[in-house]
Amino acid sequence: MPTRALVRRSFYQDSMVLMQAAAELRALPGVREAAALMGTPANHEVLAAAGLATPETKTATASDLLLAVDADTEAAAEAALAAGARRLDERTQAREATGRVLPRTLDGALRQIPDANLALISVPGAYAKLEAMSALRRGLHVFLFSDNVPIADEVELKRFAARQRLLCMGPDCGTAYVGGVGLGFANVVPRGRVGCVAASGTGLQAVASRLAALGEGISHGIGVGGRDLSAEVGGAMTTLALEALGADAATEAVVVVSKPPAPGVLAALEAAIAAVRKPVVVCCLGATPRAGAPGTWVTTLDDAAGAAAAAVRGESWAPRLFGDPAAVRARLAGLQARGSVLGLYTGGTLAHEAHLVLAPLLGAIPHRIVDLGDDEYTRGRLHPMIDPSLRESMVREAGDARDVGVLLLDLVLGRAAHTDPAPSLAAAIRAARARATKAGRALLVVASVVGTAQDPQPLAAQVAALEGAGTVVLPSNAEAARFAALALVPDLAARLLGGAR
Amino acid sequence: MSVETLLARPLRMINLGLEVFAREMEAAGAEVVHVDWRPPAGSPDMAALLARLEDE
Repeated sequence: MPTRALVRRSFYQDSMVLMQAAAELRALPGVREAAALMGTPANHEVLAAAGLATPETKTATASDLLLAVDADTEAAAEAALAAGARRLDERTQAREATGRVLPRTLDGALRQIPDANLALISVPGAYAKLEAMSALRRGLHVFLFSDNVPIADEVELKRFAARQRLLCMGPDCGTAYVGGVGLGFANVVPRGRVGCVAASGTGLQAVASRLAALGEGISHGIGVGGRDLSAEVGGAMTTLALEALGADAATEAVVVVSKPPAPGVLAALEAAIAAVRKPVVVCCLGATPRAGAPGTWVTTLDDAAGAAAAAVRGESWAPRLFGDPAAVRARLAGLQARGSVLGLYTGGTLAHEAHLVLAPLLGAIPHRIVDLGDDEYTRGRLHPMIDPSLRESMVREAGDARDVGVLLLDLVLGRAAHTDPAPSLAAAIRAARARATKAGRALLVVASVVGTAQDPQPLAAQVAALEGAGTVVLPSNAEAARFAALALVPDLAARLLGGAR
Repeated sequence: MSVETLLARPLRMINLGLEVFAREMEAAGAEVVHVDWRPPAGSPDMAALLARLEDE
C-alpha cells in the first residue's frame, strides 16, 4: 500500500487540532491509516510503529507539522494529503479572518491583559515547566493541564509558588473551578457553598456533579494534582488551598479528594485540615483514618458530596450504599450474571474507586479495572474523554471475552470532553452484547455518568442513549460497582440492600 | 496576587496550549487571551536557560 507524507516547516498546531485533522484524513476515500503530528522524537516513534514513517517524515523537526497517509492507491494517498493541507490552510485563514491578533508569548499576552491572574498551560510536557515557571515569576497563578511533567519539575514549581502564595494547580489534574469558572474538563455546575481540594480531575468532576444533583454548588475547586500529597511534593498546594478555602467567605464547607497521602505527609495534611474552622469532608480513596483524625472521613466520592451537602445545610449525615434500594432490587430481578468484572474507565479516580468498592465484595471472583486515561493508553493519542475510539473498540472486544460477565463503565461529560459520547458508546455496547449473545452468553453492562443537566451534552439524553443499549445506569460510580457485585453475588443483597433479594 | 485575592476576584486568564480551552473558558464567562504558542527554538533545556536569563 502506498504511504505518502508531506511536511509543513515551522507550522505548529496543538494536539487537539491535529487529532481532528488525522480523523478527517482517515475518513477520506481509500485511506487506511493516517497521522497528523508535530515532528517530535516521541511522535517519530509513534509514526514508525504505525508503519507511516517515510524519508519525508524523517526530516520533520519538533517545529514542523507532518501529515502521513497509507491508502489503497497512490492517487487516493495524494488526494488525501492535498485535502488535509487544504483544511489546515482553511483553519489558518479562518483565524486570520477574525481580525484578532494573537500574542505569541506570555509577555505579549500580558500586554493585552495586564491584570491577568491565572495562566492555563497545556503545552507539551517538555515545555510545561518553562512556561509554568515564567507565569509564576510574573505573579500569575497556574493551572498546569500538561501531563508527562517530571516530579522534580513539579517540586520546583510548587516550592516557588508556595513561597509567593501562588497556586500551581496540576499537573495531571484536568479540572479546576475558580470563581465559578470551570477550567479544563469541567462540568457545568452552579456556584455554591462547597469548596473542593482535589488531587484528580475526575474526582473533582464527580463530587461537583453530585453536589449539583443534590442542589448544592461549588465555591472553588482547586485541582492540586495527583502527586501533591506524595513525599516529594509534600502537600504544598493542598495545604495552601485548604488555608485559602478556610479564609474564603463564599466557602462554608470543604471537601478533600485524594489518594492516601504519603505517610510523612499525613501529619501536615491533618494539621491543615484541623486549622480550617469549617466542616471538612475527607475522601482519601483507600485510606483508613486514624482514630481522632480531624474532619469527616468518607470512602467514596458519592459520600463526599453527600456529607458536604449535609454539612452546609447543618443536617446530620450517614453513608448510604444506594440512594434508592427498591429501584435497585427491581432492576436486579431476573438478572443472572456469571463470570468476572471488566471495568473500562476513562476517569482514573473513578477506576480506582471501582476497584476499592469491588475488591471486598467480590472475594474470589476476579475483576480487572482498566484506566484508559493512563499514560500507557494515551501515548500518541488524546485522552479517552475526548477521543473515545480506543475504549469503544475494547468494549466491542469484551463481547468476545468468554470470562467477562459484567462490563463496568464510566462516562464523563462536561466542557472540553467529547461533544456527544453516549451514542457511539451505546453502539459499541450493543455490538458487544450481540457478540456475547451469539456465543451463548449474557453480558451485563453497568455504567454511571458524571454530568449535569447544564453540560454541553445534557445528562438525561446521554443516560437515555446508554439505557437504550440495555445498560443499567446508576447515579454514581460507587453504586454502579456495588450493582455489578450484586449481579454476580446475589447473597450480597441482604448486606447491601438491607433485605433479601 | 495571593491565592486569597484570586478567589475573591473575577478570573482573567492567559491560555497557552490547547486552543479549545480558550473557547470553553470564554463560554464559561472568563476573560481569556489565547497565546499562539509554538515550541521555542532549540531544546527545552536551552529554552529554559534563555528564559531564565531574560527574566533576571
